[in-house]
Amino acid sequence: MTTLLEVKNLEVRFGLRSGEVKALRNINFTLERGERLGLVGESGAGKSVLGFSILNLISKPGYIADGEVLFEGRNLADLSAEELRNIRGNRISMIFQDPMMTLNPVLTIGEQMIECLMTHRKISKQDARTIALQKLQQVYIPSPEARLDQYPHELSGGMRQRVVIAIGLLMDPDIIIADEPTTALDVTIQAEIMELMLELCERNNVALILITHDLGVVSQVTQKTIVMYAGRIIEQGPTKEIINDAQHPYTQGLMNALPQMAVPGQRLNQIPGSMPPLQRIPTGCAFNPRCGYVLEVCKHNMPEFTQSGGCQVACHMVAEMKREEQAARMQEV
Amino acid sequence: MIAFLIKRLVQAVVVMFVISLISFSIQDNLGDPLRELVGQSVSEEERQALRDEMGLNDPFLVQYARFASNALQGDLGTSYFFKEPALEVILKKLPATLELVFGATLIIVCVSVPLGVYSAINPQSLFSRAVMGMSIVGISIPVFLTAIGLIYLFSIELGWMPSYGRGETMTVLGGWDTGFTTGDGLAHLVLPCFTLASIMLPLFIRLIRAEMMEVLQSEYVRFAWAKGLKARRIYFLHALKNTMLPVITVGGVQIGTMVAYTILTETVFQWPGMGFLFLEAVNRVDTPLIVAYLIVVGAIFVITNTIVDLIYGLVNPTVKLAGKK
Repeated sequence: MTTLLEVKNLEVRFGLRSGEVKALRNINFTLERGERLGLVGESGAGKSVLGFSILNLISKPGYIADGEVLFEGRNLADLSAEELRNIRGNRISMIFQDPMMTLNPVLTIGEQMIECLMTHRKISKQDARTIALQKLQQVYIPSPEARLDQYPHELSGGMRQRVVIAIGLLMDPDIIIADEPTTALDVTIQAEIMELMLELCERNNVALILITHDLGVVSQVTQKTIVMYAGRIIEQGPTKEIINDAQHPYTQGLMNALPQMAVPGQRLNQIPGSMPPLQRIPTGCAFNPRCGYVLEVCKHNMPEFTQSGGCQVACHMVAEMKREEQAARMQEV
Repeated sequence: MIAFLIKRLVQAVVVMFVISLISFSIQDNLGDPLRELVGQSVSEEERQALRDEMGLNDPFLVQYARFASNALQGDLGTSYFFKEPALEVILKKLPATLELVFGATLIIVCVSVPLGVYSAINPQSLFSRAVMGMSIVGISIPVFLTAIGLIYLFSIELGWMPSYGRGETMTVLGGWDTGFTTGDGLAHLVLPCFTLASIMLPLFIRLIRAEMMEVLQSEYVRFAWAKGLKARRIYFLHALKNTMLPVITVGGVQIGTMVAYTILTETVFQWPGMGFLFLEAVNRVDTPLIVAYLIVVGAIFVITNTIVDLIYGLVNPTVKLAGKK
């Protein structure tokens, strides 16, 4: 069986007036059927761009400059607009960040669900309505029948996100890309929505790409994690390993920045500085100006990936340590 | 819905009161109506007696009270020139003007929506840029120049279109003279309607384009793409319906304004409508007719705005017409 989704050497650029900017560089990862993947990083790291570029939905002037997005072996970047349209919302669906903005304010919930079904499948309006109703029940919306004829403004934020999730599930997709699905909701609702998504993905064997900056959510929901920084993957591997034993200094910084890691009464830990804008990414390792372990080589050479346990880490220091470990082992032998 | 209409009715009464007060008060500043009303040979004593008889020497408030109580009974005074009730004179000319406005509105809707939508979807295309350029030019040309230009080109040089008047009209629905049912009437409508439309057209194209471009950037349109919907449905349902909300609001006000602009258009095309009549009335210092015109136009404004609010409430589900909830 072919891999469900494989992203190879993906490069996304934005053609700005001031020149071309590389928003994503050298992105490689795979996603298997039913697997849940977390994409983490600071704002502006390129997480959302990556999510959108899978469906070739990057807003202009962004475009896929290089690389492949293979969905069941077919390169999505090469498909015609019509072929791609048949995959969007059908095989791969998306859940957006802010449910207040995602639903069209002048169309009823029912219209927005039924249109999706009727675009992708040859069914009657009545059948489409029945399916829409089922999906609303699956996301535990009270009195779903009445909701179908309501407009988005008549629903609360949490309800709307449930509707958006129901729309995402309409066609029983293979992959759901969820771009910070809980960021705009209040904390109690966040947990409910996350739990709901986890339950639905598990039950329907749907693969999930979860874009978030909440490491707590990543650790609960995903099996695999990708950490991004300035348009690049800097560490990826099994979620457990990354959470328990982060290798890259940036990932360690993110973990330490969690409020749970701080000593009560003390200032919260933070990574000094902020992420560079894409136009001014430093040479060498993009993280070097903020890194506590910076070596001379970090300022000049881009680090390659080093295998460390189940993880791949792009860091000179980690590579150095691995080399020393190996040398020590060689000496023992 | 009913509550909304009642609220609107109360507002309309207030608006009409203010309009009547203002339009009535300008009559003192329009010169002596007697000069037009009677000949040179009438002596000053006779004039004074006539003024007393007509109540022109009474205090302003007394005059206004008399006017208002008559107006409430549908009597807006008698035209000095036509010697007929002013309201009747105007209402006879109303169909011509309303048809002109209706034709112009039709042209505006049919032209501005496709052009605005197209240039919002393809902002970089040569055609869109040309449309935008033309609309700037269109805004800058005064109405009478457009009118004269159209007459010169289509009536004089090409000889395709009649240059003045309403042509053949038919009386339908108990007294409504329409030019829409006869070929000649339609031909006479074309140039005046395009002239009148030319004032608002650039504004609407630009408005629709700007609104549409903003809507196309919205998250719900992006989500519609992510749902795999067809482009046509996204542009013409998801985006256009949201685009039209502010356009409807502006459009309502502009239709009222267009009634006022008919004065210029009707004058150039010798169009026998209210605007043309109004200009004649001004020249003749026919005060009752002027006042009646202002009140009728005010009423048209109030009515169109109410209708627009009703339509807006139907299109925009977040608006509750009753004003509660």
